[in-house]
Amino acid sequence: MQAAHTETQPAIAFQAVEKWYGTRDEPVHALAATDLAVADGEFLVLLGPSGCGKTTLLRMIGGLIAPTSGEIAIEGHSLWRNGQRQAEALSDLGMVFQEANLFPWLSIEQNIALPLELKGAPKADRAARAQALAKLVGIQGFEKRWPRELSGGMRQRAAIARALSYDPRILLMDEPFGALDAMTREAMNIELQRIWMETRKTIVLVTHSIAEAVFLADRILLLSPRPGRVDMEVQVPFARPRGPDLQSTPEFQAIVRQLRHRLNEIS
Amino acid sequence: MTAKPAPAQFAKRFVTMDGALPWITTPVLLAVLILIWDSYVRYAGVSPLILPRPGAVWTAWLEMLRDPRAWHHTWMTVYATLSGFAYASVIGVVLGVLIARLRWLELTLNPFIVATQVIPKVALVPLFVLWFGFGVTSKVIVAAVLAFFPILTNTAMGVKSIDEGHRDVMVSLNATRWQVFRRLEFPSALPFIITGLEIGIVLAIIGAVVGEYLGGNAGLGHLLIARLNAFETDQMFAVLIHMSLLGFIFYFAIGALRKMLVPWHASAGPRV
Repeated sequence: MQAAHTETQPAIAFQAVEKWYGTRDEPVHALAATDLAVADGEFLVLLGPSGCGKTTLLRMIGGLIAPTSGEIAIEGHSLWRNGQRQAEALSDLGMVFQEANLFPWLSIEQNIALPLELKGAPKADRAARAQALAKLVGIQGFEKRWPRELSGGMRQRAAIARALSYDPRILLMDEPFGALDAMTREAMNIELQRIWMETRKTIVLVTHSIAEAVFLADRILLLSPRPGRVDMEVQVPFARPRGPDLQSTPEFQAIVRQLRHRLNEIS
Repeated sequence: MTAKPAPAQFAKRFVTMDGALPWITTPVLLAVLILIWDSYVRYAGVSPLILPRPGAVWTAWLEMLRDPRAWHHTWMTVYATLSGFAYASVIGVVLGVLIARLRWLELTLNPFIVATQVIPKVALVPLFVLWFGFGVTSKVIVAAVLAFFPILTNTAMGVKSIDEGHRDVMVSLNATRWQVFRRLEFPSALPFIITGLEIGIVLAIIGAVVGEYLGGNAGLGHLLIARLNAFETDQMFAVLIHMSLLGFIFYFAIGALRKMLVPWHASAGPRV
């Protein structure tokens, strides 16, 4: 693994990160000691069956779960120090969850700007930023609506805008389109690729859809359960921007087949 | 993504009907009930001491509105209700938040809270009168005791039902303890708290009136008993109407508060 101060400092670095859950009598090994380096601007997808620890891994990157042991560095900053999450590491992280988790008492615009409000940004700046982000994620015109007035796909777009509001360098996405119908999901994948190419963020995305993984990723880590660990690494070579037709090419299908074969063996 | 105009319009038509319907049905039903009442009294030959005719009650109520002493009684009941309700609200909300947040406090207080709930509190009113006198203090306390419990339980439930996903958002944004309270917990619990207040205000009126029944010489409860003892049944009914109107006003005031504070919540009714 890369040391924190080499030239090519990874956006995210794990050193022997391990996670145990549960009681002393019934411990659960959620993630075996894992080394990981995510390059700046990379689109990494974590793929695996349920219980493989992919969400645990993502939530550890996001600082929502503390590792039992090991070191996590975000853009060269340690995420944890003396059991405290470090603000300079967290400010580089934006999270998108499976549910949009918009606050129903805030308008779409206020939801997008919530992180800026917490950071004490002036009101005019927040509104301007929210407008720009609404445009970026394709929900302009809906800024003044309540979340419940938007469709699931649009709510998730707003959640992505919220995660981008303070311009973090890394976007973490936990099955962000898992609750959407298949057609909306496909459209959102193309949208996400566009947003990623426009913003040049580092993205780590968790999914259990093989096609989604191959379509979006520069690199796929296939995780296997009991204990959760990285089982296989696949580079996805297709040029960007990728269109919906890519999915029917033999090259795409070959990678899907390879992953599905391995998934069947481990789950 | 595009909006879906068709279902929205459909919903809007429903909303309009939803809003208009009670304005038609309520007066009609009320008129029918009054008519039945009047016919019954007239044709069954009921003594006006038992059940006066609606017209007599109406006259008695108009008379009551011109009587400054009646307004004094009204004011005493309003005062006891609102003071008791205010105490119950402050203590209920603060304690509700605390027991929802502190497991040990909930476990410690729970037996006592349940006890205060299952004891028929109205039966304790004579005791309150004995302890706090025949004045307004005992009424305020009865109103507060009755209103307290629903406010407490609803607040606690509201704080406990905060969405875990929403918490994740605040944690991932490294929000401070105060920010989590101000931006998430409080607005999230607010619809529940208002439901507690809605139940609480009605119970506060009941508490104040029952307190006035049993002791003292002021308030609408006292006035009602006095009219009853004087066999002025029509005037007793007038007091009853007066009390009911008071209840309506308080209840709708809380409803207005709900529309103002939580317009985003389904409980605030349809947005037109």
